[in-house]
Amino acid sequence: MSDILIDDAPQPLAIKGRSLWEDARRRLMRNPAAVTSLYVVAILVLIAIFGPFLWVHKYDTIFRDSVAVAPTFTNMHLLGTDTEGRDMVARLIFGLGISLLVGLAATVVALTIGVTYGAVAGFIGGWLDEGMMRFVDVLYSIPFVFFVIVLMTVVQTDSPVTNLMLIFMAIGAVEWLTMSRIVRGQTIALRKKEFVEAARAAGAKPLEIVFRHIVPNVLGPVVVFATLNVPVIILAESFLSFIGLGVQEPLTSLGRLISDGARQMINAPWMLMSPAVTMLVTLLALNFLGDGLRDALDPKER
Amino acid sequence: MLAQAVRRLLLAIPTLLVIVAAAFVLMHLAPGGPFTKERQMPPEIERRLLAEYNLDQPIHVQLGHYLAGLARGDLGPSMTYKDKDVVDIISEGAPTSAILGLSAMVLALFIGCSLGILAALRQNRSQDYLVMAFAIAGVCLPPLVVGPIMQLLFGVQWGILPSQGLHRDEFGLVYLLLPVLTLSLPLIAIVSRLMRASMIEALRSNAIRTARAKGLPEGRVIWRHALPIAILPIISYAGPALAGVMAGSFVIETVFALPGIGKQFVLAAQQRDYTLVMGVVLIYSFLIILLNLGADLMYRVLDPRSRTA
Repeated sequence: MSDILIDDAPQPLAIKGRSLWEDARRRLMRNPAAVTSLYVVAILVLIAIFGPFLWVHKYDTIFRDSVAVAPTFTNMHLLGTDTEGRDMVARLIFGLGISLLVGLAATVVALTIGVTYGAVAGFIGGWLDEGMMRFVDVLYSIPFVFFVIVLMTVVQTDSPVTNLMLIFMAIGAVEWLTMSRIVRGQTIALRKKEFVEAARAAGAKPLEIVFRHIVPNVLGPVVVFATLNVPVIILAESFLSFIGLGVQEPLTSLGRLISDGARQMINAPWMLMSPAVTMLVTLLALNFLGDGLRDALDPKER
Repeated sequence: MLAQAVRRLLLAIPTLLVIVAAAFVLMHLAPGGPFTKERQMPPEIERRLLAEYNLDQPIHVQLGHYLAGLARGDLGPSMTYKDKDVVDIISEGAPTSAILGLSAMVLALFIGCSLGILAALRQNRSQDYLVMAFAIAGVCLPPLVVGPIMQLLFGVQWGILPSQGLHRDEFGLVYLLLPVLTLSLPLIAIVSRLMRASMIEALRSNAIRTARAKGLPEGRVIWRHALPIAILPIISYAGPALAGVMAGSFVIETVFALPGIGKQFVLAAQQRDYTLVMGVVLIYSFLIILLNLGADLMYRVLDPRSRTA
């Protein structure tokens, strides 16, 4: 029933029922850059998950007699070792996993807060909307670094795992602002649509309308934003690592490896190059995938 | 329009107050203080120190003190640099950060817009793909990677540009070259993508079809008719982004050893130098509000449709 209604709507927005998702999937599959990126991302994820079990060295094993060796086949240090004498391939695989995990988890946090907040503000409207969005404006005017530093230090912990959770929360808690604005805009565009009226006429409660009817319909832009947000978060984590608030030893991330590598650039350039190239490939693939998704879900721009 | 601007500026005062209060409370929520050091100091001295900076009072009283100081234009004494006021520290660092940010943004707008227009006019051809590949790479390469590599190439390997520090005398500008380039790279990438998208949309609009139907030469159609429409999203982006880069970049200032406020800010936050942190937050928020207002006003000048609102 709702499918027919939406298909007849004068201005088709990103997603309208199953058939349009199917269309989008076809468009995505016809885009060679996006398909390649999809494979690259899949391979990177597989490496991050299974790599640590397959590689000969562990990420935290210290080889005291081979500190900061250049890439070599001796002892299978294919990308060399770092200044502590740990194998770079193992650290790279582990760091890739942590970076992807941070990107994913922080995006989930940002999505959960942002979608709920934006949908409620946009749907209820009036003074509540006004107040909620002014609050977002205020948060926007406080520097990102400030927030993250405060959030990261409010709970001080020595456990690397708790620290990792804090990074998810801190970055997610900053990144939801943009998400909430996008969702609010979409919600306002949708709330006067016939299917919402139909739901209300059928006796649905406001919250039910928001989560059952509005949120599924704003999913298109949300998916695109989320995909493009993962690289942004990976970069944010690298910034945190650079100022010493990122992932803690012995854990590591791409950003952490890069900031450690940047300090050893002249004596041990391999410590910078391999994580930098890995990060470039990861971010390129995620960005191309996000762009491909946007073109597929909203083909206006091509 | 002038009345509108004045009204917005007046509205900015309560907004700034809310931001200051929020940041102040958040800052004090973080455990530890500026005088929490490795070495335990005698309780008597600690008590006197806290009293000296009003830190022994409840938070709303402290906030009151701070706001009273603000009203007099006094940002308070720094809590880590014992003999300096926040105003001094900021006025030492702010010019460097501001020049750096402004030059990077001007460069990014110029190159980014040119690249974006070029890509839009050659849509789905090789130039377009080249520009877009560059744009995506620019977003993916953080200054943390680009900075050290530029230093290594231009400074160490080829030795043609100074790689670190800042000298305010005759060759001061040369020292800014690498940092400005590094800072502007991601900005160029974002601006060129935005410009490409909005130019493509503008070229498809009815106004442009009309202009072409009238038989205007293509150059005139693009520069006089399409560009004013297409530039609008760039303006809304550039306002807040300029505030962001002018308030200092920790990575750039650290990598290139420049004395800006971005570095001071991060160090201050880690050491709980409450007053110095608040000073930089205040400047940043003020810049954001001011530049957003500037962007809106420019929007009105360029886009007649938005004037009725």
